[in-house]
Amino acid sequence: MNPKRISADFQVFAKNYVRNPVALFFSLIFPLILIGMFGFIFSGSSGPVTVYTENLDHNSNVSRAFLSALNTSNAVRISVVPPVTGGNGTAAFGSWLASNGDTVGLVIPDGFARAYQTGNSTTLTVYTDPQDASGSGIALGAVSGVANGFNLQAAHGRPIVTATTANVGSQVFKYIDYLVPGLIGFTILTSPMFAMVDISSSYRKDHIFRELSLTPLTKGEWLTAKILWYILLTIVTALLMLAVGTLAFGAHVGLTVEVLPFFILGPFFFVSLGMIAGSVAKTPESAAVIGNVVTFPMMFLSGTFFPVSGFPPFLQTIAHALPLYYVIDGMNQAILFHNYGATFVADLLVILALCIVAFVGAILLFKWRDE
Amino acid sequence: MGDAVRVQGLTKSYGELNAVGGIDFSVPPGRVFAFLGPNGAGKTTTVEILEGLRKRTKGEVEVLGLDPWTQGRALHHRIGVIPQEFRFFDKITPAESVQYYARLFEKPADVEALLARVELSDKANARFDTLSGGQKQKLGLALALVNDPEVCFLDEPTTGLDPHARRAIWEVIRMLKADHRTVFLTTHYLEEAQLLADQVAIIHQGRIIASGPPDAIIRQYGRRERLVVQGSSALAEKLRASLDLPVRAQDGRIEIAFREKADIFRVLDAIEKSGLPWSGFATQSDTLEDVFVSLVGKMDEGVLKPAGVA
Repeated sequence: MNPKRISADFQVFAKNYVRNPVALFFSLIFPLILIGMFGFIFSGSSGPVTVYTENLDHNSNVSRAFLSALNTSNAVRISVVPPVTGGNGTAAFGSWLASNGDTVGLVIPDGFARAYQTGNSTTLTVYTDPQDASGSGIALGAVSGVANGFNLQAAHGRPIVTATTANVGSQVFKYIDYLVPGLIGFTILTSPMFAMVDISSSYRKDHIFRELSLTPLTKGEWLTAKILWYILLTIVTALLMLAVGTLAFGAHVGLTVEVLPFFILGPFFFVSLGMIAGSVAKTPESAAVIGNVVTFPMMFLSGTFFPVSGFPPFLQTIAHALPLYYVIDGMNQAILFHNYGATFVADLLVILALCIVAFVGAILLFKWRDE
Repeated sequence: MGDAVRVQGLTKSYGELNAVGGIDFSVPPGRVFAFLGPNGAGKTTTVEILEGLRKRTKGEVEVLGLDPWTQGRALHHRIGVIPQEFRFFDKITPAESVQYYARLFEKPADVEALLARVELSDKANARFDTLSGGQKQKLGLALALVNDPEVCFLDEPTTGLDPHARRAIWEVIRMLKADHRTVFLTTHYLEEAQLLADQVAIIHQGRIIASGPPDAIIRQYGRRERLVVQGSSALAEKLRASLDLPVRAQDGRIEIAFREKADIFRVLDAIEKSGLPWSGFATQSDTLEDVFVSLVGKMDEGVLKPAGVA
């Protein structure tokens, strides 16, 4: 590896890149558009889930205590509305929620306090909306938790197993907090992958690899120059995205030096992977297909747009097999949770190992000449 | 000093297909060597083997005493290559391209002088995607010269260029020759080869069918020098009757092949004595293109065997 040749190739590639308005748009402007678009859509849905509550138990002490306990959970905020059904029928409340565009509701039935005091069973109705899976899940969990506490107290039981909560950060996370590292990961994936797939096939078609093979530049030096360029581009793009996410949408993401390895290893891996995808393809058209086949599952299943923890178990298993998952999870640990423990180290080691394998694979697979 | 290029028994096969079928030739240093042949004859395959871009199947190949395949990296410091259709980075200018190559070769380059040498100074700061075909080819030539090569491989460097651009590239080839560089030229333009080359080899169907200096090939394979006059078939008949020289007539054009200069006067005398009208008296000899067409045609008909083949 000759640093002078790497530097020369880096500079020419960088000049060629920045003079191409389309490339610049997709690497610098498009990620900001994504942040802006998703930020505007989801910035209103942050904070505790509002649970509209119809208290049919005539504002009894027990029902008020129950709602107060829910309110202190921080997960939900109770908003008591006047009874809309006039009795135990709950269908009208569901319609009322729907007509107001609300997704989560709770009905405390008439006789709730009496049942509690006499030890009879009673049922709370929690309204959920499949379109707001996360809000519904949070409300259901909070109501179940408080109900279990009440059951235990009524039975004069002593809790055997208790849980104490420790926030992974210093605050409750909003969707935009997860979205910023997710979209940085999206950029780390797409920008080098698509570019390298295109470069590897078009340089071969235009005989540019052939030209370069007749100079002292080696394949390793050439690939290293591309990796360095995409690392630089990733850092610039990520800083812009963090700035927009924080300043425009109040994302709670803190830039730490520990995120830097992922800004380096992420592009390192995807430049090499893009080169492999482009090298195994026979034509530019098939290269694009292979690139898409590799890229699209990672784009949606690695925690880019939604946290992987919210996926069904089988999709979580698939996510854990995708390299981008480790980049995004590592970034989450570094800039969101500030957790540099085993998960962070594991993410780092996985992506480092993948980088080595992909770099060597790319060097072996892509051909300067008729080998 | 040994040959700049030495090829012995070179064979390149793709499965059952023999693209190059056991060819021999050598190029002394400081010469312009033209490698000629119709499309698909095996020219580019041979050149790519010499450049170290393609692995040979059999035979021995040396360029500047090095094996192009196994010693390619050392060889590439000493050769320059311009491909058939030179393509480069779209948004990079010729001046930047030359600087880039100079940094790769770790050789100081006088960018202005190099671009002036290939008549590209006025486009030094124009981006590659705005250059014409000829200008792109000139840039390819400039880049091939950055490392001050001892041998230059020019693979159809003037194909598709306008006459002015072609002449500019010829001029560079002449300068290289004057500078005692070896030039290995493949071209479709036979007059280009005849004009520039010290030595030519004609390859067809993967075999060399003729080689040597252009004049020698023309003498060996070409037809005799001829007198050409415009006249009727009656005049042709009278000349056949009065001369012991071969006379051919077609479409009002009469060709008389002569053996020696004195024959010209005999022909003129016979024409005058015929009393028939004539015009456009001229002498004519075969060009390299005539010989090439004739040789390739004869080989296709099976009349001619490759050089060195019994």
